[in-house]
Amino acid sequence: MSLQTPLAKAQGLGSAKQGSHHWWAQRVTAVALVPLTIWLAFSIALIPEASYENVLAWFSSTWNATLAISFLIATFYHAALGMQIVYEDYIHKECAKVTMVVGTQLAMALLAIGSVVAVLKLAVGG
Amino acid sequence: MAEFTLPKNSVIQPGKEFAAPEGATNLKRVEVYRWEPDTGENPKVDVYNIDLDKCGPMVLDAIIKIKDEVDTTLSFRRSCREGICGSCAMNINGKNTLACTKAIGDIKGAIKIYPLPHMSVVKDLVPDMTHFYAQYASIKPWLETTTAAPQDSERLQSKEDRAKLDGLYECILCACCSTSCPSYWWNSDRYLGPAILLQAYRWIIDSRDENTGERLDELEDPFKLYRCHTIMNCTDTCPKGLNPAKAIAEIKKLIVERQ
Repeated sequence: MSLQTPLAKAQGLGSAKQGSHHWWAQRVTAVALVPLTIWLAFSIALIPEASYENVLAWFSSTWNATLAISFLIATFYHAALGMQIVYEDYIHKECAKVTMVVGTQLAMALLAIGSVVAVLKLAVGG
Repeated sequence: MAEFTLPKNSVIQPGKEFAAPEGATNLKRVEVYRWEPDTGENPKVDVYNIDLDKCGPMVLDAIIKIKDEVDTTLSFRRSCREGICGSCAMNINGKNTLACTKAIGDIKGAIKIYPLPHMSVVKDLVPDMTHFYAQYASIKPWLETTTAAPQDSERLQSKEDRAKLDGLYECILCACCSTSCPSYWWNSDRYLGPAILLQAYRWIIDSRDENTGERLDELEDPFKLYRCHTIMNCTDTCPKGLNPAKAIAEIKKLIVERQ
């Protein structure tokens, strides 16, 4: 039982005075992903035959490698931001929530770095 | 986790059915959520068959008729009966609205009446509004100024600035919007909800207020403000035809604008 006043409960720990960056970054990455996703889908579909040589040639183009890396970074950043919102909405045990948020952020960072390294290796003929 | 099913003691069971009055020809079936805290029993849905030829045109008229003539134990809030006090906000056929401005004629089939969703129920159709009102108090819904008021006149406001309050000042705090919002259902302990955020915006854009920056500071919070995911249930359900979702979007825009 709590004898706190309703106002004290409503005010809680007060304002975090942040959150706008998260919200803005989610929208900016979403907008950036619209042209990037369309480009990626068409560009890959236009590779005549998905042989190793053809794919290697595709990635060795500076434009393709640059845009592919942009797509990967925007995707994993957007995913980390979005998943955090879902966890905060639905998980109400603080410890489980923080574990999921941090775990997802680390996983998305690892995936982003790993996929960028993979593109770079292909691009510079690794 | 968020609860997607009702707890065992909230599962609704069938209740009593009150027969139609003798000789009535224009009958309407009214199903009403009933919960009596003192009995320790689960909530029930009672069924009333009322004669529309002897009833006013609105859902509130039907509820008052039931309380007057059929079942005096039914509890609900009402006051002005003309959509200005916000007391009779309830869920009618799946949509939050004011019983006094909802016409019986607009409802096909049975009228199904429940309290506002995801609120603690005090009894029957009466929800506990304590936390909602405390959240309203937390946004300081009054004019905050440093400059002293003019000696012999009111604080002036241009017609253009006054027009910015249209679509906001009409809010009657009935809580239809907030209790229709899934984000408010899951996180109302911290999320302020559409009604309170619309009220907050009403003071943020008031040209006479001198505390705009602090007001925005107080709202910039992942939970207080940014739990709004533009679901739009608030705007869809508002019985006054207001647009709380737009007010929330304007707050978000102002916070980005000042950076």
